[in-house]
Amino acid sequence: MLRATIVAAACAASMAAHAQQRPIAADALRSGITYAGADIRAMQADDLANPGFLWVQRGDALFNENCTACHRDAASMRGVAARYPAYDPPAKSVLDLEGRIEQCRTERQHKPAFGRESDDLVALATFVTHQSRGLPMSVSIDGPARASFERGEAFYTQRHGQMNLACTHCHDQSYGKRLYTETISQGHGTAFPAYRLEWQGQGSLQRRLRACLFGVRAEMPKPGAAELTDLELYLAWRANGLPIESPGVRR
Amino acid sequence: MEARINIPPKVVRNEPFEVRLQIRHPMETGYRTDDTGKAIARNVVRSVTCRYNGDLVFAAQLSSGIAANPYLRFFVTARASGELQFEWVDDAGVRISERAPVVVA
Amino acid sequence: MVALAVRPVHAALPSIPALDGWLAGRTPRFARIKLSIPAIADNGFAVPMRVAVEGPFAPGPYVKTIRLFSETNPVPDMAVFEFPLPIERVEIESRIRLAGTQQVVAAAEMTDGVVYAIATEVIVTLAGCMDGT
Repeated sequence: MLRATIVAAACAASMAAHAQQRPIAADALRSGITYAGADIRAMQADDLANPGFLWVQRGDALFNENCTACHRDAASMRGVAARYPAYDPPAKSVLDLEGRIEQCRTERQHKPAFGRESDDLVALATFVTHQSRGLPMSVSIDGPARASFERGEAFYTQRHGQMNLACTHCHDQSYGKRLYTETISQGHGTAFPAYRLEWQGQGSLQRRLRACLFGVRAEMPKPGAAELTDLELYLAWRANGLPIESPGVRR
Repeated sequence: MEARINIPPKVVRNEPFEVRLQIRHPMETGYRTDDTGKAIARNVVRSVTCRYNGDLVFAAQLSSGIAANPYLRFFVTARASGELQFEWVDDAGVRISERAPVVVA
Repeated sequence: MVALAVRPVHAALPSIPALDGWLAGRTPRFARIKLSIPAIADNGFAVPMRVAVEGPFAPGPYVKTIRLFSETNPVPDMAVFEFPLPIERVEIESRIRLAGTQQVVAAAEMTDGVVYAIATEVIVTLAGCMDGT
């Protein structure tokens, strides 16, 4: 099954970049929230009960303090999260949203970086993502983003860790099945940064990916590592069309 | 320390109205250890009070048994327009006050 | 809202020393108080719960406090919610931490000393994968 997926992807890539076959067809895409229990769904659906809004609020304050000198207002951020990760010409690499915010901070504002898993960066990324709430994921894998995408796809289909599992084994081949008491989702990142009950707080998609790698007993790349950004791009492309949920709530 | 308070924009005299309070706080249990094995001291929001135009209408004593980023939803009977004044304090002695207006329709 | 579970209401309370100490010999009544809590918690770190006491109350005794007790947490006294002024809608919602499958007890104390109580079991499972972040 895995070999067939890789062969299919390779064939598709050689035919036309735009016509790349996605592992899950557009009409079969399902958000992780549809695999979550009733309590998680209720928590995410009720804006007054959703704890992620504490970070939206903090991000709002940080945005006004730090970003409005150039970025006018929050409304100007609408659509941004939907197209990240994206190739960034000054950086000459693909950046995810957090990486782009850090770049603004260090290169344009000449201030010290927040730090990838810092609360402030999580809050800002949550706030910016929130401005794209409900918009479909729409990343591009064309041109200079292509190499990163292919690395991300390779990472996704490669076995990792002591458990020797690839992402595709769970998230393409086993979604809907039980893993202990949980139901395996399709593995989209469209609800991140999210409030994860297991973290008792808000965290980034890269943190969730690192947690998955820990789960298969693999060494976790450092936050901000290129392979995580490549994987994020692959996942975003794989989820293109799914609406962004922000702030997401997950277990 | 972030907090979110939600009260209906207009309330009806003598009717109960819903109050929602969400506080950013780790509610550190005191049972966790850090990476060096050292215990992380307990720090939870101990006490929350809600006064309505000065009168205490709700109070809560919390413990580590309340989830991180504590969330409370309760009701207050509307009387006169004015404000709700919230105050909470944690084990570290940090005391926060927040206000929210009450508008009786 | 909290998922309402249809499962048997216990007409007896689990033995929790902190609860017995607070009751101080009083016999609770198993009526009027409802505890809405999932039968199976998504995650023991944050279990949504709602306690409500059925009115009407006026002109008689009203609810003074609602207490929450845990059967097996290291800290059995989870919370005390106080209602200093008479209120007709007695309802409190929060999220609690449960260190494993156990019974949760909610008890309402009236201004005349009567206690209404309820005990409900919650199954708490571990996550499917460990999270080392």
